[in-house]
Amino acid sequence: RLAGIVRPGGDMQWCFSQVKGAIDDDVAEADIISTVEFNHTGELLATGDKGGRVVIFQQEIENKNQPQFRSEYNVYSTFQSHEPEFDYLKSLEIEEKINKIRWLPQKNAAQFLLSTNDKTIKLWKISERDKRPEGYNLKEDDGRFKDPNNITSLRVPVLIPMDLMVEASPRRVFANAHTYHINSISVNSDNETYLSADDLRINLWHLEITDRSFNIVDIKPANMEELTEVITAAEFHPHQCNTFVYSSSKGTIRLCDMRVSALCDKHSKLFEEPEDPSNRSFFSEIISSISDVKFSHNGRYMMTRDYLSVKIWDLNMESRPVETYQVHEYLRSKLCSLYENDCIFDKFECCWNGNDSVVMTGSYNNFFRMFDRGQRRDVTLEASRENSKPMQVLKPRKVCAGGKRKKDEISVDSLDFNKKILHTAWHPQDNIIAVATTNNLYIFQDKVN
Amino acid sequence: MINTMECAVDAQSLISISLMKIHNSRTQRGGIKLHKNLLVSYVLRNARQVYIKEKYAEIYRMQQYEEVMTVCNEIQELNPLDLDAEDADDEEQARAACCGEEASLCGSACHRDAAQPAAHARTASALPGCEEDCKEPEPSYYRSCCMEASPVSHCDQFPANSSAHCNKTTVLDLDTHVVTTVENGYLHQDCCCDALQCGQGAQSPAKKRKVEFGCCVSDVEEVSDFTAARKRAKREDCSYSHPDYTDTSNISNLISIFGSGFSGLLSRQADLEQICSKQVLASLGAWTRAIVAF
Repeated sequence: RLAGIVRPGGDMQWCFSQVKGAIDDDVAEADIISTVEFNHTGELLATGDKGGRVVIFQQEIENKNQPQFRSEYNVYSTFQSHEPEFDYLKSLEIEEKINKIRWLPQKNAAQFLLSTNDKTIKLWKISERDKRPEGYNLKEDDGRFKDPNNITSLRVPVLIPMDLMVEASPRRVFANAHTYHINSISVNSDNETYLSADDLRINLWHLEITDRSFNIVDIKPANMEELTEVITAAEFHPHQCNTFVYSSSKGTIRLCDMRVSALCDKHSKLFEEPEDPSNRSFFSEIISSISDVKFSHNGRYMMTRDYLSVKIWDLNMESRPVETYQVHEYLRSKLCSLYENDCIFDKFECCWNGNDSVVMTGSYNNFFRMFDRGQRRDVTLEASRENSKPMQVLKPRKVCAGGKRKKDEISVDSLDFNKKILHTAWHPQDNIIAVATTNNLYIFQDKVN
Repeated sequence: MINTMECAVDAQSLISISLMKIHNSRTQRGGIKLHKNLLVSYVLRNARQVYIKEKYAEIYRMQQYEEVMTVCNEIQELNPLDLDAEDADDEEQARAACCGEEASLCGSACHRDAAQPAAHARTASALPGCEEDCKEPEPSYYRSCCMEASPVSHCDQFPANSSAHCNKTTVLDLDTHVVTTVENGYLHQDCCCDALQCGQGAQSPAKKRKVEFGCCVSDVEEVSDFTAARKRAKREDCSYSHPDYTDTSNISNLISIFGSGFSGLLSRQADLEQICSKQVLASLGAWTRAIVAF
């Protein structure tokens, strides 16, 4: 299926497919979703939460009898990835919240993913078991040992089918390499290495080696009093295994080539757009801080998200982005209140669709936005329980920035800033999107005619 | 220039809100978040810039108001027909008076202005207090509010003598620990003196010495003519030379009131601005850095 927001003959429409999570309005903090990620085929969808758990959903094989329904995602595996820890030396508690999940490309029957909290990255193997051995000579079926004196014959144990069991086991633990809080992990296209980034440093790991990593970026100043910016996100190029980018709190993106030198403190390219002086406010520095950076699938562009906008950069042009999309410009006059209630520090993520024609990001009031790059159209949709009837078409939403509010529009002051969509993901090959509200995961798909 | 129009909360409230956030972050689960605190420190810096600017603007306005009132009072005493004729002469006289005062206070600066040697004798005696209290306030300390770039002039006016009643506000600069006392709207202050000394190449750590400017102008008041008062009104303290500060609307109002600009007052404004702004910026950085470093 083609992925794109507009089809020949009209606008694409998005329909509700599923919602996962408690219906309760009272949200338990541990249930707050902190990351969402499809695997490389889109068959698996992983979420991480504040309680340190990972839940993986699997798309069922398509129901051929009812082609108008794409298959649903059902729970495949749930496991506790990280636990709260206490650093006794620094008297600090380390949160178990899962900051990021990244899938490894599949090599064999098992699936592998990396999950990370603030300090420790773990490699998990998720494997299926649908057979179990039966007929041991020395053990009963329930596991009790037999009395050897009672054994009169030998038999060969056999594997018999059983209900599918999905097991997750930690294969590697990459610990003690980060002094500051990890914000990103990214698997290299070589499938052997990956990077992890914290506020001031980026480390390169080999997936097989846990007791050492290479530091490739270090922006910590000699005197911490001179600190002016931190690293906010980092990602490997999808095809060039020597290239990665990292974004900063100052709104800049640096592209680094690991072939140039071992320590990539010197960037190969610096992407920065000059600030518009007429927009200068108390909060200019905050809203220019980049919260997410993502390469396009084709590797020619990258997208950054700051508080109010999404920018698309051509890797060959450092002076300014090639496209800028305003996510919620009406918030510019509300920055003061958003600072007071801490919303201005929310870190929104962004994502590309499979063929890089559409980008998506979240907003407040459980709204999320899609921008069609080719058609120059954008749409605002809402993830809510009210619009959760099977295959219900999502109606585009509109925020009234000022003046007379039209019917069906919502005014800025009515927006619920506690309902924020920070994490969204787009199926790599299909028009299926996963949108995380505070504690629910919504799955939408395009309407199949 | 920070646009404060769209902010519902004033700079001072922002400062307290920001400090509270930093304080709360220390007890947050998961440890101090470096990124968030860095961003908060930027807001602190911005709010502080605006706060200082507004504070000085307020002081300046109070000062200008006082001077306008003084001038208005003096206008009423003058014979209106004599005003024009006196202008030219009075300018010279006032300049002489000013230079004379400065000669006694500032060492070499005014000696360069050789045209008014007579003024020395006349004015020296009027400023006993100043000699004790004032240590080298450069003539360039005062910047003409005309904002005209002029050839270096060594003659600046000192502010009018403070009136009888006392109205004090004390401001503590968090970086340099300079105490600034505002009396009757006149600024007693060290920042610029230090800055000037820096400008002169001398290293000067912040001193808590106060320079009493009020006492230096008794002679000018004695001269007490229309033009002298005008010059007084147009003088601007260099402490207002914050990089973002331009109070041209007040100045142009005054200019229009008094009918003309006086180019003689201005000296080394640009230098002064630079020196003061560097100091302010440097101190701001230290302050914000201090917040971050924990």
